[in-house]
Amino acid sequence: MRFKMLSLVAVAVLATACSSKPEQTAQATTGGTVAAPAAPAKPSGPVPGSAEDFIVNVGDRVFFGFDKFDLTPEATATLDRQANWLKTYKSVTITIEGHADERGTREYNLALGERRANSVKNYLTAMGVEAARVQTISYGKERPQVVGSNEAAWTQNRRGVTVIN
Amino acid sequence: MQANALFSTGGWRVVGRFVAVVAMVLAAGFAAPARAELEIDITSGNPQPIPIAITNFAGDNPNATQIGQNIAGVISANLERSGLFRPLEPAKFVQTPDSLKVGVRFADWRLIQAQGLVTGTVSQSPDGRTRIEFRLFDVTAGQQVTGLAYTVQADGWRRVAHIISDAIYKRVTGEEGYFDTRIVYIAESGPALQRVKRLAIMDQDGENHRFLTDGRTLVLTPRFSPSTQEITYLSYFNNRPRVYLFNIDTGRQEVLGDFPGMTFAPRFSPDGNKVIMSLATSGNSDIYTLDLRTRRQTQLTNHPGIDTSPSFAPDGSKVVFESDRGGTQQLYTMNADGSDVKRITFGQGRYGTPVWSPRGDLIAFTRLAGDKFYIGVIRPDGTGERLLTEAYHVEGPTWAPNGRVLMFFKERPSGQGGKQRQAKLYSIDLTGFNERQVLTPTDASDPAWSPLIP
Repeated sequence: MRFKMLSLVAVAVLATACSSKPEQTAQATTGGTVAAPAAPAKPSGPVPGSAEDFIVNVGDRVFFGFDKFDLTPEATATLDRQANWLKTYKSVTITIEGHADERGTREYNLALGERRANSVKNYLTAMGVEAARVQTISYGKERPQVVGSNEAAWTQNRRGVTVIN
Repeated sequence: MQANALFSTGGWRVVGRFVAVVAMVLAAGFAAPARAELEIDITSGNPQPIPIAITNFAGDNPNATQIGQNIAGVISANLERSGLFRPLEPAKFVQTPDSLKVGVRFADWRLIQAQGLVTGTVSQSPDGRTRIEFRLFDVTAGQQVTGLAYTVQADGWRRVAHIISDAIYKRVTGEEGYFDTRIVYIAESGPALQRVKRLAIMDQDGENHRFLTDGRTLVLTPRFSPSTQEITYLSYFNNRPRVYLFNIDTGRQEVLGDFPGMTFAPRFSPDGNKVIMSLATSGNSDIYTLDLRTRRQTQLTNHPGIDTSPSFAPDGSKVVFESDRGGTQQLYTMNADGSDVKRITFGQGRYGTPVWSPRGDLIAFTRLAGDKFYIGVIRPDGTGERLLTEAYHVEGPTWAPNGRVLMFFKERPSGQGGKQRQAKLYSIDLTGFNERQVLTPTDASDPAWSPLIP
């Protein structure tokens, strides 16, 4: 799923390799070493340690089921990568936004977004990210990512987003 | 902490004082009235609206004549919107405002099927003070049933028109009116992904509309204080979602309490001395009160479930709130000190946004069941649930001060391709009849109905 997040530039560069050897770039960021981009210079790739690097190469968000705040295996895989990245770039602080879809009442969704943000925070701190670097904020249903009154939109709006401060 | 005062405010209190000081009852000029015919029972089903003739108030100069027409227009619109009155076409009226000053020809008014007749006068003294008199006649019985006089500054006529509307409503229905009230709500604008939300306030009929915040900060869920002079609401000022107090007189905004996390879902206690709200810490939401005089914070619930949307009973003895402690979002009541928690909803789906009626007899709520949202009411003991309206999305009922009418907001589903969602305010009678859109300049949500203005 993380290949959906690649920027257009990266997608273009990797287009031929992508289908055959996706693990290459995955190892570069999750292998524990500094995520130095692959040796062949990609002049317009994200700067390592930047917010763009985080979004493109790590994945900044996880998704939740309807009225749920537990983490799916897919979510924990993303958060494992986030934790590694954050342990590499130790000066970075983050704000975790908790969001809900539109199929709930406003105040309940504020509470639900708070739960989701804290699910992400608790996982990251359990993986060794210092709690002092992590803030949370709930937006309830106030800041949808996708417009639409259908399950496809709601699925993308039920999310926890890790924002580099 | 205090945010900037963004807008100055008008002189509602001044108007109020003028109105209050000089209202007086006009003698009927008859012997003790016989039993009046002009009555309507609004507790049963969908009553037939009462045909009523609302004549222009007679002025003693051209300006006063214009005011007299305006007053009749406001009263007529108020009563028509209630669904309980049918204002008759002025073209059919059988007497002019001036001839009515001499005497009412009841037999002629009966010919056009009028059951009620409203007359009045507007007279102005050189210093601008304006005296407004009105009389309500029971045409069938052939007698005056109520009459009042008010002296105000010339621009106070609109409020007097609402007060007169309330007097007519009360005389005919036996219930307090709700026309001399205001609505605070969230005005929405901009595309769905960059929605701008502002606090806005208006008279119950949409007049005197004004924005209270400028939209730079996300604001949600405003609610009136019992005095109608203050609003408590949620603001994302400085990206710290907290409950705030907004003073309508001064424009001052102030954060409430010193809580270690997001505070939200605020409402005043019936005496206005406390605000009850939720505090979220480490992902868990519980209910607290903040005493506005001592600033003391008191925790009422302590449960790992989501506890939110608290609302006091009108006597202050109990609180209704929503919690998912039983697995899904449901309504619970408890004593004002947090003891004796009882679940009151057990239907399919989810129940939220409970709000206790000012009469104490019912609790209004939002229900989600299947793929629809509903506005409904239930007795505080959990019996007698009734659903009043349904849609793709309806939410957030608020009571008119007489407990007979509810306002809420309704959102349309957004279409494919990013078509913008629409949000509008609606009112509905407790019977489930007379659902009407409340007109606002922009999209609108989170309405809160004020008490009657003191």
